[in-house]
Amino acid sequence: MKHLLELLDSTVQRWQDRPAFGDEHGTLTWHQVGLAVHSIGTAMTRHKVQRRPVALYLDHEVPCLLAMLSTLAAGGYYTVLDTAQPPERVRRITDQLEPALLVTDAAHRAAAEALGLNCPILGVADGLAQPPEPFVLQTLRAEAIDTDLAYVLFTSGSTGAPKGVAVQHRAVLAYSAWAAGTFGIDETTVFGNQTPFYFSMSVTDLYTSLRTGAQIQILPKRLFSFPVQLLDYLTTHGVNTLYWVPSALGGVVRWKALDYTALPPLRTVLFAGETMPTPYLNYWRAHYPTALFANLFGPTETTDICAYYIVDRDFADDEPLPIGRACDNCGLLVLTPDGKAAAPGEVGELCARGSFLAAGYYNMPDKTADRFCPNPLQPHYPETIYRTGDLVRYDEEGLLQYMGRADNQIKHMGYRIELGEIETAAFGQEGLQSCACVYDAPRDRLVLFFTAGRDLTEALRTRLAQRLPAYMQPAVYRRLKAMPQNQNGKIDRAVLREQCKEDENHAYH
Amino acid sequence: MHTIDEILQILSEVKPGIQVEPDAELVRTGVLDSVDIMSVVMALAEEFDLEISPLDLKEENFHTANAILELVNRLED
Repeated sequence: MKHLLELLDSTVQRWQDRPAFGDEHGTLTWHQVGLAVHSIGTAMTRHKVQRRPVALYLDHEVPCLLAMLSTLAAGGYYTVLDTAQPPERVRRITDQLEPALLVTDAAHRAAAEALGLNCPILGVADGLAQPPEPFVLQTLRAEAIDTDLAYVLFTSGSTGAPKGVAVQHRAVLAYSAWAAGTFGIDETTVFGNQTPFYFSMSVTDLYTSLRTGAQIQILPKRLFSFPVQLLDYLTTHGVNTLYWVPSALGGVVRWKALDYTALPPLRTVLFAGETMPTPYLNYWRAHYPTALFANLFGPTETTDICAYYIVDRDFADDEPLPIGRACDNCGLLVLTPDGKAAAPGEVGELCARGSFLAAGYYNMPDKTADRFCPNPLQPHYPETIYRTGDLVRYDEEGLLQYMGRADNQIKHMGYRIELGEIETAAFGQEGLQSCACVYDAPRDRLVLFFTAGRDLTEALRTRLAQRLPAYMQPAVYRRLKAMPQNQNGKIDRAVLREQCKEDENHAYH
Repeated sequence: MHTIDEILQILSEVKPGIQVEPDAELVRTGVLDSVDIMSVVMALAEEFDLEISPLDLKEENFHTANAILELVNRLED
């Protein structure tokens, strides 16, 4: 197999009238998806997008999925833009991408035009009205190879220019084969899709569905404000599989929503994107004792994931979850700073090799060379590894444990500190809903932000004093009404660091 | 009984700078995201000493300032 739409072709043939993609406006069958992709794909070929970038300015709904697949049908590669972002942030991406075509809908036409891009604009409705030209699409397919790009996914990067991770068909084919096989995704799977399509986690939902005939039910973002209604929505749509960021799973925990309504028929709960607080996992597992729970780990640069751990035992609330072992068909190395293999138990940088790897960063040769490097352990022929920048070690059971970001480790009172360890120790505190530890560099102190129904400052101070050395004690505890979240639904640490700065400005008044 | 001005005051504290009409849609338009809603809930609980249950945390109770006012008055009864 060389092209991602071969997955779609066989699924359309096999599962014709079964539901494929749904959102709150309606549901399309696989047959309908196949027709729509041929129409929009044909319309795109008018703009000569073969091996060129196509920007999609569409909301988190079914038409965006159609536009993504249609881009592949036309031989191009897509980038999904976030319609909720201010135009200047969108342009930071389009300036680097220089799309050959912008696809939008009637609701976003004016905003799309206001971006002022130097390329034609295609409306999804116009694309759908286009009679398909199978011969044109077949020719493009015949000319495709599996190292052509499928998409360029921009990592949000709080500072500096966003980096466009260029991902080939080959990588998504290899990755989705692992993901579908490992988690038993099949035509009876119904994903409740939380993650936006400009975020790498959504690759798993989309391409394992394409591969198996699973259904994707896109969840309206606003439902994550109303956890009981969210659960009822899952039940109504027969959602049985979740792949969410832990903060999204945590919203249900914070309100104990599983205790207030009928349990949705979940059988698989996967999570990735940030560290899973173990109390969240324990709450979900208590309600779904027979479901499969797995902690997935990886960067956009390995398509989505490179390591995983299927939860197979109980964990205490303040015990960290392992990230487990390498995905099948993905190679992992743990390297010391001098490029040697780390000894068992020794902390080193996680590096990945194999077909899951992205081609590199779009229009960024220097950044690409910095992270996509020759394998120092394999001198006999050229082999590229991706350096994740994540620190890990193998524990006594041979499972990988996440030790934090190499560039995020802070030095405080002369010690190297991993902020995640402080958060893990804080979790387990009765009444704590969420927490995040931030290093306030100008004042050289640790600040623990938390949310809880009552002020837990003294309880947390006592708890951490018993569990962590003096140099890891937060100097300041700040209770927030709500934990800030970024566009993907993860805790927004940049906002918390800003709050430290603001506190400093107010300190003398 | 509370007044709409108290609710608008809380909204402007949670989201400085917003100006909303009592019947303006807050949720579908994205004026209030999930973090904002959480902040509103916490502020209501503190200001009015209310117990807001997960079953009260529904879109129809938060989609406008007037809906929030109705919820608060109902919970106080």
